[in-house]
Amino acid sequence: MTEPTITPEIIAAHGFTDDEWAEVNAILGRAPNFTEMGIFSAMWNEHCSYKSSKKWLRTLPTEGPQVICGPGENAGIVDIGDGQCVVFKMESHNHPSYIEPYQGAATGVGGILRDVFTMGARPIAAMNALSFGQVDHPKTRQLVNGVVEGIGGYGNCFGVPTIGGEIRFHPAYNGNCLVNAFAAGLADTDKIFYSAASGVGMPVVYLGAKTGRDGVGGATMASAEFDDTIEEKRPTVQVGDPFTEKRLLEACLELMETGAVISIQDMGAAGLTCSAVEMGDKGGLGIKLTLDAVPQREENMSAYEMMLSESQERMLMVLNPDLEDQARAIFEKWDLDFAIVGETIAEDRFLIIHGNETVADLPLSKLASTAPEYDRPWVETPAAEPLADVPQIDPIDGLRALVASPNYCSRAWAYQQYDSQVMADTIRAPGLGAGVVRVHGTNKALAFTSDVTPRYVKANPVEGGKQAVAEAFRNLCAVGAKPLATTDNMNFGNPQKPEIMGQFVGAIKGIGEACLALDTPIVSGNVSLYNETDGTGILPTPTIGAVGLLDSVDDLIAGTARDGHVLLLVGETTGHLGQSALLYEVFNREDGDAPHVDLEAERRNGDFIRDNREWIGACTDLSDGGLALAAFELANAAGTGITLDVADTATLFGEDQARYLISTSFDKAEALMIAAGRAGVSIVTVGKVGGEAIRIGGSEAPLAELSDIWSSTFATHFG
Amino acid sequence: MKAAVLQFPGSNCDRDMVEGFRGAGFDVATVWHKDTTLPDGIDIVGVPGGFSYGDYLRCGAIAAQSPIMRAVADFAVWGGHVLGVCNGFQVLCETRMLPGVLMRNARLKFVCRTEPLIVATSDSPFTRAYEAGQQIEIPIAHHDGNYQIDDDGLVALRGEDRIAFTYADNPNGSRADIAGVLSANRRVLGMMPHPERAVEAAHGGTDGAPLFAALAGALVAA
Repeated sequence: MTEPTITPEIIAAHGFTDDEWAEVNAILGRAPNFTEMGIFSAMWNEHCSYKSSKKWLRTLPTEGPQVICGPGENAGIVDIGDGQCVVFKMESHNHPSYIEPYQGAATGVGGILRDVFTMGARPIAAMNALSFGQVDHPKTRQLVNGVVEGIGGYGNCFGVPTIGGEIRFHPAYNGNCLVNAFAAGLADTDKIFYSAASGVGMPVVYLGAKTGRDGVGGATMASAEFDDTIEEKRPTVQVGDPFTEKRLLEACLELMETGAVISIQDMGAAGLTCSAVEMGDKGGLGIKLTLDAVPQREENMSAYEMMLSESQERMLMVLNPDLEDQARAIFEKWDLDFAIVGETIAEDRFLIIHGNETVADLPLSKLASTAPEYDRPWVETPAAEPLADVPQIDPIDGLRALVASPNYCSRAWAYQQYDSQVMADTIRAPGLGAGVVRVHGTNKALAFTSDVTPRYVKANPVEGGKQAVAEAFRNLCAVGAKPLATTDNMNFGNPQKPEIMGQFVGAIKGIGEACLALDTPIVSGNVSLYNETDGTGILPTPTIGAVGLLDSVDDLIAGTARDGHVLLLVGETTGHLGQSALLYEVFNREDGDAPHVDLEAERRNGDFIRDNREWIGACTDLSDGGLALAAFELANAAGTGITLDVADTATLFGEDQARYLISTSFDKAEALMIAAGRAGVSIVTVGKVGGEAIRIGGSEAPLAELSDIWSSTFATHFG
Repeated sequence: MKAAVLQFPGSNCDRDMVEGFRGAGFDVATVWHKDTTLPDGIDIVGVPGGFSYGDYLRCGAIAAQSPIMRAVADFAVWGGHVLGVCNGFQVLCETRMLPGVLMRNARLKFVCRTEPLIVATSDSPFTRAYEAGQQIEIPIAHHDGNYQIDDDGLVALRGEDRIAFTYADNPNGSRADIAGVLSANRRVLGMMPHPERAVEAAHGGTDGAPLFAALAGALVAA
């Protein structure tokens, strides 16, 4: 087969800088051929190589007694006791989802599920953090509908409960939506599978779906900015098949039980290339692949296309040859392809044979280890201008504006399109902070949340980074779960701009400090850069996914507010309105600094909630919208009115951190006050529960009226 | 009492249904879709929820042609009990073991939430532990739960008291709010809601438990 001649245009289209191209030639001591160039571009693009971010990611805390496996594998692994562990990661599928929302989001879910079950874990929970442009932007409606349907279409069919997530709208995402998919699975700690190959001459086996031309060059596409040629990129988006993924899951788990798997790696970005190099590199081995043996669903595919295809639902495995028949039988049972496509070799080579010809012969270890690494110039984000005056507002008017805003109304329209209860272990459904699933067959449970406030990160990357971790921590504590560990999905603009790189560096610093202080190490993650269209970047959005453990489902804090309860506010209130939801939604302003995060207070107050759950009726953490919105959420969930004895705008809508709102009986409230005194935790009575109205200061509205607005707003926009 | 729960390659509520039966005291065997016979001594067959063969065509259409469904149809003809939930209901309609069809939800979207149902008849081995007219809460999760049947068929279902459950607040456009129907001999029940997702306090509700308990009672007596 004749390969195209390599021209400067083709080199540039593969994302190589002049220096990188010179380096490729130097490594080989010759010019690469077309297929080899494709392989290098797949390994060296930002998406696979983390070349702009590696230097900073290394500074994150990734260790702790609970951590079994930190970043670097397909997903992070955390011990949950009794010989079991939770395996989880969050990953972006931003660029594909903007180009083709349904398939982009669907394959994002598929990819993250594979990352989890390739390690031997059965997926038990999924979440999605979504950021879209402004509601009235012409593309937003189609994106929201397509992405939500794609997530549901894949996850529902696969059979994993989708139990949480976030949806935000901001004009900064008009040209780049964000789709961050999280998945967690459950495994036995003595049955974890890694990607490092071992043994020479071991068969390399291709598993799952056939290879087509879909997604060729996807990882390179995901590492570039968008411009008006975006429609031409549609063929680089993969197509998902959740039914095949479901069969691949069952077949892989069955196969792993047999002891036939030496190592295994899913084919994600840059498919066959990335998975083979990963297995060889980690095992210190070379890999020889014969592409003629690769199951193909299209005719006349070139070596270049097969090596770069991102066809979904595929795995690569190094097999124990003694168990080949048994392994093959399992895949036949599930009607999936099982093909020996190569072997491990002793030399450091990545050798690709196609039609009896050597089409690529590369030093394997160099593909991974010599990928460029940049210390990109960065500038510290300048301190935010002080907040200008914020006028007082009628409390009910302020609250009504928030519950009527697409950012703070009910998300039921979206999450009811996701099966949140399949597997019959969901004990806290979406819509109420963290989602909780029982550890099947035990009395333990795991809580999951994902959080970030991009406005804060933009104003102050360090505090914003801290806040994302702190809010995730709070969401877990508010349901009574002990926070265990986190995963980070860093979504930023073009890292070649020093101010964007400065946002990244600042956010990493804040995230690192918070994870250290709150004992929630980062165990996995993903970086998505170049989220820009025509030179305009998104809000810096470092999404934090967090996992917490409940030793017993009886420890779950899941009660509702009751008539006669008192409302207690835990944590210090100073009335910080800078970058608040009220400022943005009501006054259309984004000024002031992000709220300061006192990590000691976060830890102290979170521990206090968990230690005193017996005295707590209902609990919610305070975040966007402050006390007023938290109080509404408690009232709405309970279907009963509340009264807050506060009228001041900053006190009601300020977004000071480390705070929780508790509803509990008078007697228990006394016990809580005493416990708080002992623990050095600030606690005050702010109101009471009862009646059918929301009364704040001297102002009031029927709860039913506000609940109707809150429930119907999302459908009004996206119907 | 012995139950068999079918496993199609895309079933994903099979484990949940197995546990629903076990919780009521059944011994449960799982049966692979390529099998051609049911295990001996089975009292009831469960056809679980999920996406049997991906359901890229009409839901349940391919499953209806699978080897094991021929055995299930025979089992029903000889008076065996069959419970089809969600995708299982779709499969039972596609095999004509139950009348009617399940179309795309009227609002064209997948819907997952806990839904109030009315028990329309207590005259069946599945519903005898409920009172007719009783309201219960059972989760739903489907894209194609819009039950449709022609006029004559509806008259027959009503005349023979074969509507098992109706929705109190129709979530999918089903004709006559129908959520579940019985076969003429009342031994086959198909329903879109998932009773197996509401059998333990931890599920947030236990209104599905009486269905499995009633079956256990009925099949012991039989």
